[in-house]
Amino acid sequence: MATMIDAPPPTVAPPKSKSAGGGLGRYILIRFLLIFPTIFILVTLVFFLMRITGDPITAAQGGRLPQEQIDALIHQAGYDRNLFIQYIEYLGNIATGNFGRTISDGRPVIEMLTTFGAATLELSINALLVALLVGIPLGMFAAHKRDKVPDAFLRLFAILCYATPVFFAGLLLKLVFSVGLGWFPVAGRASTTTELAMGRLGAPTGIYWLDALRSSDLAAFGDIVHHAVLPAVALGLLTAGVFLRLVRTNVIGTLGKDYVEAGRSRGVSEYRLVTKHAYKPALIPIITVMGLQIALMLGGAVLTETTFEWKGLGYQLAQYLTARDFVAVQGIVMLLAVIVAVTNFVVDIAAALIDPRVRY
Amino acid sequence: MSIDGLPHPKKPILDRIPVASHIRQSVGLQRTMLLIGVVLCAAFVLTAVFAPLLAPFGFSQISDDAGSFPAQAAPGGKHLLGTTVGGYDVLSRVIWGSQTAAAVLVAAVLMSIFLGVFLGLVSGYVGGWLDRVLVVIADAIYAFPTLLVAIVMSIAINKGQSGFWGGILACGLAITAVFVPQYFRVIRAETIRLKAEPFVESAQVVGASSARIIGRHILANATRTLPLIFTLNASEAILTLAGLGFLGFGIEPSSAAEWGFDLNKALADASSGIWWTGVFPGLAIVLTVVGLTLVGESINDLNDPRLRGRKRASGTSSVTGANAALAAEVRSS
Repeated sequence: MATMIDAPPPTVAPPKSKSAGGGLGRYILIRFLLIFPTIFILVTLVFFLMRITGDPITAAQGGRLPQEQIDALIHQAGYDRNLFIQYIEYLGNIATGNFGRTISDGRPVIEMLTTFGAATLELSINALLVALLVGIPLGMFAAHKRDKVPDAFLRLFAILCYATPVFFAGLLLKLVFSVGLGWFPVAGRASTTTELAMGRLGAPTGIYWLDALRSSDLAAFGDIVHHAVLPAVALGLLTAGVFLRLVRTNVIGTLGKDYVEAGRSRGVSEYRLVTKHAYKPALIPIITVMGLQIALMLGGAVLTETTFEWKGLGYQLAQYLTARDFVAVQGIVMLLAVIVAVTNFVVDIAAALIDPRVRY
Repeated sequence: MSIDGLPHPKKPILDRIPVASHIRQSVGLQRTMLLIGVVLCAAFVLTAVFAPLLAPFGFSQISDDAGSFPAQAAPGGKHLLGTTVGGYDVLSRVIWGSQTAAAVLVAAVLMSIFLGVFLGLVSGYVGGWLDRVLVVIADAIYAFPTLLVAIVMSIAINKGQSGFWGGILACGLAITAVFVPQYFRVIRAETIRLKAEPFVESAQVVGASSARIIGRHILANATRTLPLIFTLNASEAILTLAGLGFLGFGIEPSSAAEWGFDLNKALADASSGIWWTGVFPGLAIVLTVVGLTLVGESINDLNDPRLRGRKRASGTSSVTGANAALAAEVRSS
């Protein structure tokens, strides 16, 4: 907002305030340095909030062991020490790259993150593909048919996409396409034989379809795609609605521009005007919104993974939270915080490169 | 609004009630959408208020004088929408669920407005290091997936055990943690803008205290955008509550009916072809959110002159998604 007047502080500028001077280099540097407080704050919040929720030993053994024994175990694990000392210790461990082992199943946190992170990444890529494939063409079509019947239906469709929780969409898809028609499997990432084959691969990326392609195992690839369709559609539709409206609004905006009018007067077809002339400039804001969607998708992934028993970070997070597994939850939150912070950084830089007015 | 102290000619009452005046202003498709939204919202509120009269059974009732309810009975007969595996009446749980959703919605929105407005005013007016610290914290929380913030808050507050009011409050607080940064950012930006206005400067010159300037001069002007954020956020609050319930971090099932929780239980039924336990609570969520979104968006569009007309091109970069509109507003501030 141009009306906002805020004195630029000398060192760290508040992220959303404008300062008069400063080139792109300075902006990138400040924006980069802001990644760290974001991660630090989230990690700190989660550390203390998780400590309020209880401890993993009571969660696992509560009611089964006498209280003295539980207390002894807690003492042994060091959870009864001063919170602040535990916090400093935790920060020190992170700084040296030691993320520890999960409490509930004793896996190294790094290994847990890479294994399940790959599954979540795969789900997110699939969903993003669905969202782009559905959202962009429909958005262009809606802009083309502005204020006519198809546009009204597409607007309603977009609202329905937003209003339907992923788990309800997942449930409906399951009822119709798995139970009713029997086209797709009910849950999981792959059938057992494929899972085993994937486990035997050397140096896997963890992204199943990529691994299957690399080992040119077409049967496994088919099986993986077969399993991926319903979760990808459930999560993808959520974002597709947002893309649809965004493309629609922006194409309508550019369709009113003079250069489009000039093209029309030269006899360029309406189809070509929408798909070539008006579409490309309309894409710029989508980049920004895609960044916002990453956070939305990570949240949606937790729900989608639970619905389809997709063993990714979100599915595991729910399990670890129930077990009050501090170490695992902190590890997952740390990773998510890094992803979100870095994405926002990249998006802001991209926006600044495209549009110099964005720079603060 | 006559906040500037100038006398205004009285407008007819219908033009001064927010939603009613919007309906009169609107035309065509926009009007249809707004009306559908108002009807859906009214249905939601009425169901919530009159749930005890409408529901045929209690939300945790599994038997009556004629004996225990059958498990997983198909819709029809005594149980219009069937029963769940535990013998709960689906229709009753859907109706009672609206009451839970409405209570959480009111609690969450009231708390977020109170906290967000307070912090935004103070942060924007006082400035300095306090402002910088609050902004960085708000940005960090805002950037994070909302559902995860709500989950962590919800566990921290109720530790998974709570009764009806405790659960409502805990869920409300969890959603509040998600919304406070949004209210904070909007109000803070407005406050900073208003701080430089002549009427604030003259109040300072006259010697009014900071509390009086914030409370009297800035508050009235900075909160104009609140109804809009409220309508846009209300739908997100319902979805967050359902997400919490679905993952099992919501309200105890025996102390309240909650749509998200019922959907979670319905997942297992789906594999065996039992559809009624999941479809009805799910539809309740969708209809409620669609209603709130339609009202929120129509008001948003009508308040924005660029989007009001029928044949006018809208702003090139204006994003009209329920989330996105708010996001754009918050981001640009």
